[in-house]
Amino acid sequence: MTARIQLIPPRPKRGEIIEIRVLIQHNMETGYRTDAVGGVIPRNCINVFSCRYNGAEVFRAELSPGISANPFLQFYTVAETSGELELSWMDDQGRQDSERARIVVSE
Amino acid sequence: MIRRIAVWFVAATLAASGIAASGQERRIALEDLRSGIAFSSREIRAMQEDDFANPGMLWVEKGAKLWSAGARSCASCHREAEKSMKGVATRYPAIDHGSGRLFNLADRIMHCRSERQGAPALRHESDELLSLTAFVSHQSRGMPVGVSIEGPARPHFEAGRDFFYRRIGQVNIACAHCHDANWGKILFAETISQGHPNAFPIYRTQWQAAGSMERRLRACLSGIRAEMLPYGAPEYRDLELYLAWRAQGLPIEAPGVRR
Repeated sequence: MTARIQLIPPRPKRGEIIEIRVLIQHNMETGYRTDAVGGVIPRNCINVFSCRYNGAEVFRAELSPGISANPFLQFYTVAETSGELELSWMDDQGRQDSERARIVVSE
Repeated sequence: MIRRIAVWFVAATLAASGIAASGQERRIALEDLRSGIAFSSREIRAMQEDDFANPGMLWVEKGAKLWSAGARSCASCHREAEKSMKGVATRYPAIDHGSGRLFNLADRIMHCRSERQGAPALRHESDELLSLTAFVSHQSRGMPVGVSIEGPARPHFEAGRDFFYRRIGQVNIACAHCHDANWGKILFAETISQGHPNAFPIYRTQWQAAGSMERRLRACLSGIRAEMLPYGAPEYRDLELYLAWRAQGLPIEAPGVRR
């Protein structure tokens, strides 16, 4: 699985609002589709996504089959201290994945 | 008479722009050439223009990892793709001088894997093959399509052109009926494009995934209720060559986004 993270602005000042954008490669299988011989393709969506900023959760989302494949999420937080963003998610098959991004806050 | 004037006009345009016409008659004048993105909705255009929001970039990124993965990686011969692969996608489909066959870029990558890297073959439309193709094509972004239709490529070009103008399927229309004669008009909820191959592999929202030119051609064949040829069929290669010739001068957009 591939994921991309973008921070806007890339080098925020303390107290500044930052936009966090993430694009995750996942087929978000709805469970409503059938394969070539008519068998049901089991649902497999990312069902939970969360973002931790230096260990503290700043954003959480529950995803469902109404969301397209390769979901794109965009959310905001306030830059406080330099550190790490940890973005993690899990799909219906129980597969967990995460991606990290450094965040450098200037005074 | 009108036709003769049109031919003269196209020839004059070609001469003025410095692109060799190779004795071919263009049905779409050079100044009317439009990439498929010009016919897309505002949302699709915004998605393609933003390199972060463009989901096709996921495949490019994966391709970059595959490029340097393993002992006999692509990078071990070709080094930095940013330099060595720049402009390569503009020249495909092209004749492989070893086998004499017409290769598209994916065929070239597969051939390199089996002949030089000793790596397992990749399936058509597999994630790995699409990723590598997207990564290599991406290195030519902004560069104009410019395939060769001379020498051994000539019969392929002619076969592709014949395919383009042949009526097929239950709907009994040729590619040309939509993409030469009626581009820019509305078909159901869509604007008909000119059918150019300059953005492949594309991320298509309908597929929710990246896909090749071949997959797109199959979708067209299915749409006109014609027999879908199997992946790797030589007819696709011939048609790809004709389409690339027809699109010459348009910039490579890989990875493009389409609805």
